[in-house]
Amino acid sequence: MRCDVVVVGAGPGGSMAAKTAAERGMNVVLLEKRQEIGDPVRCAEGVSKARLSSMIKPDPRWIAAEVKGARLYAPDGSNVVMSEDKSGDEVGYVLERKIFDRALAMDAARAGARVMVKTRALDLLRANGSVKGIRAMRYGEIIDIEADVVIGADGVESKVGRWAGIDTALKPGDIEVCAQFLLYDKGIDDEYCEFFLGNELAPGGYVWSFPKGEHLANVGLGVIGSRSEPGAPVKLLRRFVERRMPEARIVEMVVGGVPVSGPIERTIADGVMLVGDAARQSDPITGGGILNAMQAGMIAGEVVADAVSSGDTGVEGLMAYEKRWRESIGKQIARHLDLKEFFIRLSDDDLNKLMHSIQSEDVSKMDLRGMLRVLIRLNPKMLWELRHLVM
Amino acid sequence: MITVNRYVCGYCGACVGVCPVCALELVETWLEVSDECIECGRCVRLCPTGALSLEEAQG
Repeated sequence: MRCDVVVVGAGPGGSMAAKTAAERGMNVVLLEKRQEIGDPVRCAEGVSKARLSSMIKPDPRWIAAEVKGARLYAPDGSNVVMSEDKSGDEVGYVLERKIFDRALAMDAARAGARVMVKTRALDLLRANGSVKGIRAMRYGEIIDIEADVVIGADGVESKVGRWAGIDTALKPGDIEVCAQFLLYDKGIDDEYCEFFLGNELAPGGYVWSFPKGEHLANVGLGVIGSRSEPGAPVKLLRRFVERRMPEARIVEMVVGGVPVSGPIERTIADGVMLVGDAARQSDPITGGGILNAMQAGMIAGEVVADAVSSGDTGVEGLMAYEKRWRESIGKQIARHLDLKEFFIRLSDDDLNKLMHSIQSEDVSKMDLRGMLRVLIRLNPKMLWELRHLVM
Repeated sequence: MITVNRYVCGYCGACVGVCPVCALELVETWLEVSDECIECGRCVRLCPTGALSLEEAQG
């Protein structure tokens, strides 16, 4: 089989890349190793309304709930409320990823991409040292898919980059290990996403509750890998739910790892591009990855079409992708890496002090950066080393 | 060698992403461990469900 571009992984990043490239006349093959796209979910499913809407028309079929804002809790229970449009890239809609991911893959198919499920990439194909496509296993048979460019959108498990000589292996401090229950509880606030901070609750991470309507919510937590131990996320989540919502009815369980390494050194190689979690483009503070992956996928789709058309699919020809994603989503990812490295060191006392300091301020209309600016003004000594982030 | 408790594994792939030598591969719900494994234990520590363990080879 021969095509222009083969995309490995049909999550939001891969499907957007495939759709964008196909719309520009590329002959695209989109591989998904699972037999069902979008399932099982590995995600808390929260996204900002404005940013999502700038990339795709919101569709009630894959929106589980809309929220008014976010409530952020310090370890001692003190809290602040932020409005939906200011709360960052995870707050606004809560999606139904099983339907959302399929819809995006179908959009790619409608644009002309050939989708192949139950097809697992095994290695890069090479000829004279250059990448020439993907060897895959499909329904138990080995097939070679020749292509000018391979886009690796293969998620936290990514192998495409490693095959191309980009070391994407995550060290313990570069991953949040997570567990989540979809649960029903009468106490769930259907109008607010909630975030609970605390070293006892979730060391180096946080607990989240993202409502999905009618008192259903994704309640989960992430623990920084460097402070985790075998099975800790599931144990801590069970403890949180037993203590805070003992009557909850758990109807689904989700586990996963979220890259929080910040920008990696390079995301392209000769004939290869990485997109989304595979490129470690998820946000190091929030863990949100959907929107960054979609935006990177769109950029990759545009750049790959230009590169294939011009006949230069080497590093030079793909360099525009590297530049464009770093200039757009990359800046915030880098800032948020600095924030994460600082915040995972704070004690519960520090977190409580920070929360108390802003109780008298009106933060409801502030975004994360505005709130950080206020926090630094009120706590100059504790937050001195973060001042470059708000300049 | 690495042992997978398949009754506990949530097949999330976190272990695959942290393996320094690409010794792990997730196929649907099935985690494969190859001979490349250097028994560093990183995946054991980071597994969210605690499904992995590092056991001394017999004999």
